[in-house]
Amino acid sequence: MATATFPQAARLSRRASLLRRALSGDSLAQLIVFLAATAILALTALLVWELWSHSGPSRAKFGWDFLRTSTWDPVAGEFGALPFIYGTVVTSLVALLIAIPFGVGAAIFLAELAPPKLSDAMTFLIELLAAVPSVIFGLIGIFVLVPMLTKIVPGLKDALGFLPVFAGPFYGVSLLSAGVVLSVMVAPFIISVSREVLLAVPRDLREAALALGATRWESTWDIVVPFARRGIMGSVFLALARALGETMAVTMVVGNTPKIAASLLAPGYSIAAVIANEFAEATSDIHISTLIELGLVLFGVTIVLNAAARLLILATGGKVSQ
Amino acid sequence: MNPVTPKMSPDAVAKDIQNLAEPGKTAGAGPAPKLRSTKLNFYYSAFQALHEISLDVHTKKVTAFIGPSGCGKSTFLRTLNRMNETIKGTRVEGEILLDNENILEMEVSHLRRRVGMVFQRPNPFPKSIFDNVAYGPRINGMASRSGMAERVEKSLRRAALWEEVKDKLHKSAFDLSGGQQQRLCIARALAVDPEVLLLDEPCSALDPIATAKIEELLFQIKDNCTVVIVTHNMQQAARVADYTGFFLLGKLIEFDNTEVIFKTPKVKATEDYITGRFG
Amino acid sequence: MTAGGLSFRRKAVNAFMLGLTGVFTVLAVGILFFVLGYLFVQGGFSLNWDFFTKLPVPVGEAGGGMANALLGSAKVLLLATSIGVPIGFLAGIYLAEYSGAAYASVIRFVTDLLNGVPSIVIGIFAYSIIVLKFGFSTLAGGVALGVMMIPIALRSTEEFLKSVPVSLREGAMALGATKSRTIATVVVPAAIRGLISGMMLNLARVAGETAPLLFTALGNQFWSPGWRQPTATLPSMIYEYAKAPYEDWHRQAWAAGFTLLALVLLVNITARSIISGGLSHKPR
Repeated sequence: MATATFPQAARLSRRASLLRRALSGDSLAQLIVFLAATAILALTALLVWELWSHSGPSRAKFGWDFLRTSTWDPVAGEFGALPFIYGTVVTSLVALLIAIPFGVGAAIFLAELAPPKLSDAMTFLIELLAAVPSVIFGLIGIFVLVPMLTKIVPGLKDALGFLPVFAGPFYGVSLLSAGVVLSVMVAPFIISVSREVLLAVPRDLREAALALGATRWESTWDIVVPFARRGIMGSVFLALARALGETMAVTMVVGNTPKIAASLLAPGYSIAAVIANEFAEATSDIHISTLIELGLVLFGVTIVLNAAARLLILATGGKVSQ
Repeated sequence: MNPVTPKMSPDAVAKDIQNLAEPGKTAGAGPAPKLRSTKLNFYYSAFQALHEISLDVHTKKVTAFIGPSGCGKSTFLRTLNRMNETIKGTRVEGEILLDNENILEMEVSHLRRRVGMVFQRPNPFPKSIFDNVAYGPRINGMASRSGMAERVEKSLRRAALWEEVKDKLHKSAFDLSGGQQQRLCIARALAVDPEVLLLDEPCSALDPIATAKIEELLFQIKDNCTVVIVTHNMQQAARVADYTGFFLLGKLIEFDNTEVIFKTPKVKATEDYITGRFG
Repeated sequence: MTAGGLSFRRKAVNAFMLGLTGVFTVLAVGILFFVLGYLFVQGGFSLNWDFFTKLPVPVGEAGGGMANALLGSAKVLLLATSIGVPIGFLAGIYLAEYSGAAYASVIRFVTDLLNGVPSIVIGIFAYSIIVLKFGFSTLAGGVALGVMMIPIALRSTEEFLKSVPVSLREGAMALGATKSRTIATVVVPAAIRGLISGMMLNLARVAGETAPLLFTALGNQFWSPGWRQPTATLPSMIYEYAKAPYEDWHRQAWAAGFTLLALVLLVNITARSIISGGLSHKPR
């Protein structure tokens, strides 16, 4: 059994076993999984590269004006992206304006008031809502929400029609409709993440407030929620990132009109929606390039938002649900 | 009681010992030792956990390591099958021979087949009882399909568990009690026919009856296998071990026949530990 | 301070606000039931055998079905799974078992980035690397959805592998198993429930994706042979039929919507119950 009787023999056997190990299953396995992980880096880099290079013609031709001009007429060769940026921002803002109060409110109920089993059950159901595909929301949007809004809006216009945001005729498909559908789609994210960060707030803070005579609501609103505010903000950023990139539900109810209008009742467009509608039948190479540039813009914005969201959520001890 | 030197610091004591015959190399060991450690140093990154450990583990005998918490006995045990390599930043200096082969130059999976280990807390795999015991032989290609059932039964008998589980071999290992799970882990380790079995405080998580069962096992196991056991419990070492080593602060203070260590220790620190003055 | 304790105003605000939050929650849950119910009523009753077996009929005619879309979706999802799951799974193993901390955080960061990319942009990516070379095809759709599956596959693999206790790994290695053997024969089987349910959730998520398919798989009135032809898929048919002016197409869109939603929710619920049902070999 002795291997080391002669030094050369020992060295040879060591080298042989090294070689055997290098080709052995274990090192090969490690190499394979390493390559898989690195492949992801390569893939992402490729994605960024493709977006950048294919949008090159558009960027070269239009420069920053692309984002500032508001006429979009592919046939005539005019490509101003402002209507899409406007529509994306407006629909997302409307969505947040609705979803934040509802979402944070529901999160408060689920984290502070509901008994644990009920809270878990309801959260499960709300997270299922997040799993509903976008196109389904679009279906409900076209055939349920739009008719419903068509009934409600006249009353709304009677009350608030003097405001520019509610001016003009309403044909059903509009920025408002898109905003409402989006709010339903992003609310589950706000609820789920906010609930987690609220649950992570230490017990003693609540108890300290209650011991001073605060009501349940006061201790929650004045103490607990502010403590968790970074995480809640993070959930809002997540929701915003979701809303900005949402395609199907928006394109089915927004009206797909590349115009900027002050009124929410007017039809509009969004970045994701125009890409979805025009890409397959783009009329020219430059047309495709502009659409890809829009994709690049969307990419950049959502990346920044997602990164900010994660940082904020981690800072409050919450976890980001997938 | 031999006249002992007045109370000295452990360092001075250890130096003293090195001047005597190497403590680990006891006289009267006939055949070559199964495991021989020579001037073994061990580091967790910058921290030196073991200092110049030299001792012999004799074939088909039970050797116990005792000492207070943190003295390095478990660390040393884990160098014997290179389990410490799974922790990042560890470093070994010195030599450990298994039948005159340096284990530090062996292929590590090959070493671990020959030197098995049972851990402090039972860690059965989330598989059936049969599959737990069969795991080692399967991955080492040691038995055919037909031979496996025989091998599993033999191992379970050696671990004194066969009668209790023979009718439920395909049930989950987690259906067993703590003591049974530990015996299952012993059977699992024995299934690959190791030459040495290392046990790291195997009874510390068990009740006295389960402990007694395992101690009984060790007497039978040592017929075919060299046993090294780390224990917190001195009475256990006194009951089961042929040789005992006393560790303190990463050094081997004294190593001798168990009777000598417990009845006539040569070093004051050993005597202090045995009589419960510290630890 | 009134001698009687809390002022009426504070009590009223408390009751009102707490009640309001309850109302919001019920609303949120209610919307789910509303969506489910509406789809069931509109779509469930529209489902017939034809839907599953017939091809779409020419525009304006009634009848026909979406058999080609069902098959198309199945093919695209199969391809997506065979791209996304292996890469994500293997990379997850790397992160959980082999990687150093620095490289691991780089990979995690980039993967999160990829996860946050809107699906339509992933569609553009698939367009540029597949469609420009091979044309609109099932292949392109599969690649788009496959890329979307990678981040979730990686994260869930890493999470579930890391939840396996170190003691199991040590037990296997002490028996002479190499690291890769240990992972394959002990760690992965121990985590298998979580891994499978993670894969199911992943699949359910991409099964409903429409946007990236609009200019990769495109669409097809007929059967799509092989992998290099454009194909109809369930979500894209829903979109097409919903925005068209034909009543019968609307009916079919509902039926398709119901089918899609039922499948997605079923997979979701099953996956979650696998996780919470606990391990069959649960340590005591």
